[in-house]
Amino acid sequence: MAKIKMALARPPHEGRRFANTAISIEQALPASRVSLRAGSNELAELTKPLGFKLPTRPGTSKIKSSLSALWLGPDEWLLINSNPKTVSALMEKLDTIKCSNVDISHRNTAIIISGKAVEDVLNAGCPRDLSLDAFPPGSCSRTLFGKIEIILWRLTDDRFHIEVWRSYSEYLWAYLLDAAKDTG
Amino acid sequence: MLLIHCPYCEEERPEVEFAGAGEAHIDRPKDMNAMSDAEFEKFFFIRDNLKGVNYERWRHIHGCGRFFNAVRDTVSDKFLTTYKSGEKKPDPAKLKTGKGAK
Ligand SMILES: [Zn+2]
Repeated sequence: MAKIKMALARPPHEGRRFANTAISIEQALPASRVSLRAGSNELAELTKPLGFKLPTRPGTSKIKSSLSALWLGPDEWLLINSNPKTVSALMEKLDTIKCSNVDISHRNTAIIISGKAVEDVLNAGCPRDLSLDAFPPGSCSRTLFGKIEIILWRLTDDRFHIEVWRSYSEYLWAYLLDAAKDTG
Repeated sequence: MLLIHCPYCEEERPEVEFAGAGEAHIDRPKDMNAMSDAEFEKFFFIRDNLKGVNYERWRHIHGCGRFFNAVRDTVSDKFLTTYKSGEKKPDPAKLKTGKGAK
């Protein structure tokens, strides 16, 4: 019997990068993603497989080593796991709890944007108040960028992770690049 | 841009993240089979569509995804207040001066 060869999903913007003195745009490292839906009764039980309490304050996130959880709604979180070795074990554990855990690793990709002009470049397409008071580091939210939906996640004062559907990422990349040309 | 307070996200968010979803506080009939066509028509199609203060359902579709209720003046497009689905209809007399008025 022929050996099975697994197809690998390559990041769509692999090897591409934009940088000037004010802004840098690059492909985020590969990671697996889970769309997690759970009711308030299951939250305590989820603490064990995740290794931390899911954030319940609107628009906040939690990072613990290679696993991050982003609050998207009152019963919805996005899990991002950058350690490929723990992906299946985590899914198996989640399978035993009354929740919905859907692997969306191949649906999403992410772009990292950083630099001193990061708020201006993002505001070229996103209508949100991205000042540090309104959207401090750790904040995350589903929102709009131009015509597409994104999940915006602020990692540090001048660094954002933009989670986007893979087929929309070309639009996002082109739009960000266009906005970035007005900086630096 | 108009800002709308989402009761689930607990903050004001840009209008473009939201979608309107018609009149609020319409109870689904307990037994549709027992309804006459005229009663069903009234439940399903007929809306008040008032000029002025309306109780509406809205959805934070490009945010938390939740449906919630809003009291909006259709003349001024002003949101008098927003509240979670399932919560009681606020008294309109108290809205204009009370909590929630902007
Ligand atoms: Zn919301």
